[in-house]
Amino acid sequence: MSLKIKKNIPLIDQHDENFMYGGRFGGNFIPETLKKPIDDLTKLFSKLRKDKNFLKERNHYFKAYVGAPTPFIKLENLTEHLGGAQIYAKVVSEANGGAHKIYNATVHCLIAKKAGKKFIVGDTGAGYAGKMLSMAAKKFGLKCKIFMGAKDIKRQRPNVEAIKKNGAEIVPVTTGSQTLVDAVSECMRYWVSNCDTTHMCVGSTVGPNIFIKICAWSTAQISRELIRQVKDEFGKIPKKLKLINCVGGGSSAVGFWNEFMETQAEFIGVEAGGPKNSKLHAAPLTNGSKIGILHGAAQYVIQDKEGQIGSTKSISAGLDYPGISPLHCFLKDTKRAKYTSASDEDALKAYQLVSRLENISPSLEPSHAFAEVIRIAPKLKSSEIIICNSCGDSQKDKDIIKQRLGSYIR
Amino acid sequence: MKSKIALAFDNCKRERRAALITYTVAGDNTKKNSLKILNKISEHADILELGFPHNTPIADGGQIQVSSHRALKNGIKLNDVFQIVKKFKKSNPNKPIILMGYFNLIYQKGENNFLRGCKSSGVDGLIIVDLPYPENKKFANKCKKKSINFIQLLSPTTSKDRMKKIIKDSHDMIYYISMLSTTGGKLKVSPKKILHNYNMIKRINPKKNLVIGFGITDKTISMLKSANGLVVGSMLCKTITNSLKMRQNPVTKLDKIVYNLKKKII
Repeated sequence: MSLKIKKNIPLIDQHDENFMYGGRFGGNFIPETLKKPIDDLTKLFSKLRKDKNFLKERNHYFKAYVGAPTPFIKLENLTEHLGGAQIYAKVVSEANGGAHKIYNATVHCLIAKKAGKKFIVGDTGAGYAGKMLSMAAKKFGLKCKIFMGAKDIKRQRPNVEAIKKNGAEIVPVTTGSQTLVDAVSECMRYWVSNCDTTHMCVGSTVGPNIFIKICAWSTAQISRELIRQVKDEFGKIPKKLKLINCVGGGSSAVGFWNEFMETQAEFIGVEAGGPKNSKLHAAPLTNGSKIGILHGAAQYVIQDKEGQIGSTKSISAGLDYPGISPLHCFLKDTKRAKYTSASDEDALKAYQLVSRLENISPSLEPSHAFAEVIRIAPKLKSSEIIICNSCGDSQKDKDIIKQRLGSYIR
Repeated sequence: MKSKIALAFDNCKRERRAALITYTVAGDNTKKNSLKILNKISEHADILELGFPHNTPIADGGQIQVSSHRALKNGIKLNDVFQIVKKFKKSNPNKPIILMGYFNLIYQKGENNFLRGCKSSGVDGLIIVDLPYPENKKFANKCKKKSINFIQLLSPTTSKDRMKKIIKDSHDMIYYISMLSTTGGKLKVSPKKILHNYNMIKRINPKKNLVIGFGITDKTISMLKSANGLVVGSMLCKTITNSLKMRQNPVTKLDKIVYNLKKKII
């Protein structure tokens, strides 16, 4: 059965009555205890997104607090160096806190306030979702707990320190692989026990449907800004335009593409291919994983025959996740977006080249996207445009980069 | 024909006591031992829940996670779970057994394949933690056609309207989650309050067998004994963990514990 995207309906609303996209992705596979809190949140959000005052409030904080719009720049040196397509970057890492996770965090805090909740909890992999949530929680006067895999706590020290500085409690997760997948599980388990007093923020476009919606609705700010910036730069949306973004859970990519859904722009998502020659990867779309259920939603997910979730390995903690947003599964099966992967080594090389040539320094997550830019740009004509979402700053990866490349440049 | 689950409740009602329902994980600590445990504790327990472990559970507490992890590490597969049930049923054909787990394992096996496995091994009922009402209607009907009980869950967050609908579509047993918690949490609500909710649910349809689970241990079980049934899980998993630590035999340890639990509710 071939799937189709419906016209004039926002991507997040293209689900059926069971909250499934294309009849097979997403849904709410949740324990009975969470049914009501999720129903309540669903109702509240559908009201708020139509509420002019709430939109005004959101726009105010996006501008005054997050710092909208983030810059849209041409990467002159990289373009010249590669000699092909014209390469641009949307420098989302200039947003307050240094990554796109601030949009989702801010919106969740605003919603928590409206719901009358005083506590907020969230998961984090690279530490960005946790850092931003702790920042926003502090700003909006909410008490915050962040669940983070013990392995990630070790490898993302700068963000861990930032979370603590913001006054949030970090709960180390020592079950399973001790990375993002276990942090999300543990956070959900905590919410099961505390859903009467506590609001939960899922850090990406994954989880039960409402969390996918809120997150994608929040990060859509990226493409709302970008479509205007593109029109300003080129006078219209260029005919041959590629929008390249890394995907782990998939929140920045969905936000980067959303407003371009009904244009001719080509979407390319880049998954984490893991270490070269390793079978452990975090690329369920590229490597043909089967549909399964993870964290309350049906999606392509790395798993064994039985349905046990598989372990992944990636140099980038933010992409180190066995599943992928149901929205991306839907975009893949409707053929609206294409997906590929880049290895740890390719990402490191891309980080190095971009940081050396340009004034930006992408973290290891968007470095996966830049690896794809570097791979395809030389093969394209100079009339073609590539925009890459530089959705995080390398500062947080300083330790890993030093260890792998010998030195850190920014 | 009445299901074995319904007959087990009838039997307890005749004896004017709550049904004792145990939960252990298939393959914990080994495939052999988990079968031995079932055989042993079935002398005291009325209904046996057997977990088929998943490595990414979103509603299990620490004790059950440890048990599941141990079982998976020992290589337990879904077919082994069916084998354990089959062997158990050979010597205990009338003791009801309920499989409990997460939907992804069923999804990968295929619903029909999974139910065939249940049927041929003698499974009497299913509890699927992450397949709530009404999304579970289709699968629950499939179960009913195969005379397998699909056990619906209710929680303190379930609204009365929703309860009515769920109870109407339920089979021979309904599971009430005592409090907002993952399994094995400390009982943070008073038994009085739990029984108050329990009685409220019973009034919706007094004929339905309603059991209470989550946070029940030897310390709390007697205070809840007016219910139709009581589920003890995490305490049993913890007992296995502790007996392994102390190099004791988990089978005899569990036998003792379940015997004591039973004594507290008769």
